[in-house]
Amino acid sequence: MTKSYKDTFTGPHLLGIAGLNRLEVESLLDRAEGFVALNRRRDKHLDILKGRTLVNLFFEPSTRTQSSFELAGKRLGADVINMAIKTSSVAKGETLIDTAVTLNAMHPDLLVVRHSASGAAALLSQKVDCAVINAGDGTHEHPTQALLDALTLRAHFGDLAGIRIAICGDVVHSRVARSDITLLTLMGAEVRLCAPPTLLPASAAEWGIEVFHNMGEALDGCDVVMVLRLQNERMTSACVPSTREYFRYYGLDRAKLSNAKKGALVMHPGPMNRGVEIDSEVADDPAISLITEQVESGVAVRMAVLAALAEGEA
Amino acid sequence: MKGAKAEPVIITGARVIDPASGRDEILDVRIENGRICEIGVSLQKDDVQNIDATGLILAPGLVDLLVKTGEPGAEARETLRSAGKAAAAGGVTTLVVSPQTDPVIDDPAMVDFIKRRGRKRAAVHILPAGGLTRGLKGELLAEIGLMKEAGAVLFTNGDHPIGNAAIMRNALTYAGGMDALISNRPIEPRLSANGVMNAGDFASRLGLGGIPAVAERIMVERDVALAEVSGTRVLIDQLSTGAALDVVRQAKGRGVKVHCTVSVHHLTLNELDVGDYRTFARLSPPLRSESDRLALIAGIPDGTIDAVVSGHDPRPAEEKRLPFSESSPGAVGLETLLSGALSLVHNNEISLRDMLFVLSAGPAKMLGLSCGKIEPGVTADLVLFDQDKPWVCDANKLRSKSKNTPYDGRRMQGRVVMTFVNGNCVFNRQA
Repeated sequence: MTKSYKDTFTGPHLLGIAGLNRLEVESLLDRAEGFVALNRRRDKHLDILKGRTLVNLFFEPSTRTQSSFELAGKRLGADVINMAIKTSSVAKGETLIDTAVTLNAMHPDLLVVRHSASGAAALLSQKVDCAVINAGDGTHEHPTQALLDALTLRAHFGDLAGIRIAICGDVVHSRVARSDITLLTLMGAEVRLCAPPTLLPASAAEWGIEVFHNMGEALDGCDVVMVLRLQNERMTSACVPSTREYFRYYGLDRAKLSNAKKGALVMHPGPMNRGVEIDSEVADDPAISLITEQVESGVAVRMAVLAALAEGEA
Repeated sequence: MKGAKAEPVIITGARVIDPASGRDEILDVRIENGRICEIGVSLQKDDVQNIDATGLILAPGLVDLLVKTGEPGAEARETLRSAGKAAAAGGVTTLVVSPQTDPVIDDPAMVDFIKRRGRKRAAVHILPAGGLTRGLKGELLAEIGLMKEAGAVLFTNGDHPIGNAAIMRNALTYAGGMDALISNRPIEPRLSANGVMNAGDFASRLGLGGIPAVAERIMVERDVALAEVSGTRVLIDQLSTGAALDVVRQAKGRGVKVHCTVSVHHLTLNELDVGDYRTFARLSPPLRSESDRLALIAGIPDGTIDAVVSGHDPRPAEEKRLPFSESSPGAVGLETLLSGALSLVHNNEISLRDMLFVLSAGPAKMLGLSCGKIEPGVTADLVLFDQDKPWVCDANKLRSKSKNTPYDGRRMQGRVVMTFVNGNCVFNRQA
């Protein structure tokens, strides 16, 4: 089969899942599958990105995403620097655009950015000459997380079409949820949301997916349950009364999981709040928990994205 | 008491009025195992206890919403036991207690405490209302789901309205997921600061700070709008003005899930009852104008008002024997609720059936309770009253620990004779 130029993802940026088509996603996942195998070998080093510079620009603290991008870059042979924002010029009052212009003058090839403002990655992409990868912008998108989730699921189900996935928890504040909903729906999965109404966008019902407020009903017949992190600052607020009430009605434990299909798989983007949105018994069960596999997929997916963007640029 | 096994009893010759079905005829009612088991003409009497109720009216026991007691925290004011006695004497068989206690009822353990304490000490059914926000501070949501599971029937901040619209929206949105009923007192706090009575000519003459009617209307409009966007039911707790009632009427007309209550004091008294600075007529919300009172009565037969309540708020004498503006608002009302309501019937302001409906079936339906009707199989929570009996209200003879009633010295007509809870007679005036 011949592929048109739109069949493979080539950038110029990865700002979100919205805007990607199914073939582009599949090309990234295909590529990532190869990197999963590579990462399991003793010698993990390639030189696809030899001579290229990758800048990790994290305006929000991150452990796993930042180190995942750093490893991905290094394994592909790029020079990687991490911008420590607390000690950078941003702390001295520099605006995002000024930072972008300054960085651009240093000629990076790949810019990975995380920022607390929705749309920050897109804004940055307009001001620099290199490829920009959104590693999370506010409550908008986190595309590599969605891609790694899809890669993890593909390893188990082959095809995502027709599988039923419940995304549970703080959807309204979650960029992971937005990217996942878009991507999983694009791949033909049946996505459902379950959360207290205060943690769902008021318009969620208009997104073409089913919305539930009861875990028992939401999980009925599900192949996969994806649990979102309840951020600390939401735990006691006007959104949720208390962690114990949240866990009672929305925390994923064995009892609630028993409503899903037998052997249903469990995902969480991390970091977990054990005993709040997920029970340790479920999170740590190797037979059903995909949580560590998601981390493994993360490095592979980011390698695929970096490689594709570098290729597109060349 | 109400928990003990009831002896079978037959009430004969009463005019049985079941406002839910519209039944109104002279019938016998047989009670067994705490339930109504048979209703009919000249039932076989066997050897069971026979109560001759000829000339009296038998109606469902009254259901009163958001009654304040002082238990726990201010037991000198009112306990669940004393409130239960007052309720039984007033024909009230189910009362929902306000979370405004000390400590406040804002977690499942307190809900459980009130339920158990009520079961043990009160002659009538005690249902707790849970606090809507933690500490009733109006900032953080209380554990609505857990409290509902523990038995809280509705959620409210008591007399203190939720002033912050974002908190109220979140509360309604969250409650929607728990299928919980949220209640709010309709008063815009900033518009009523320093007010002690209805704003208007009379307040101006008395030199007292006014609470404008518009402060109520604004809050009702806000809560109706929030209920509309969230799709969640809201209960407007104690309306006092015709303008706000119109807002509810229109909202109901377009299908918004909104309920409202009004207190019997606001149906029977007006701002002129404040008279010569009578602090016993200082209420929250304040007594309004005569045109408001008439408008509220009109809201009963057309279904705008779901329940008429006592607004029971016991206050010790030391909080009332003060200059008007320094006194506490509030009045006791459990014991005078039915008599006060019957005065409207005697004045031909409303039909007996419509009045009884909003005292029993209306609130029961709103809370999803099975009581409030006279049907075979239903728990025998009943009131037997003499519609015409004249009496003079003497505050000192009330069973409440606090005696703050605006009806003191008022000539009343119609009085409770017996009250049954779970088929047990919990009050008998002739005994």
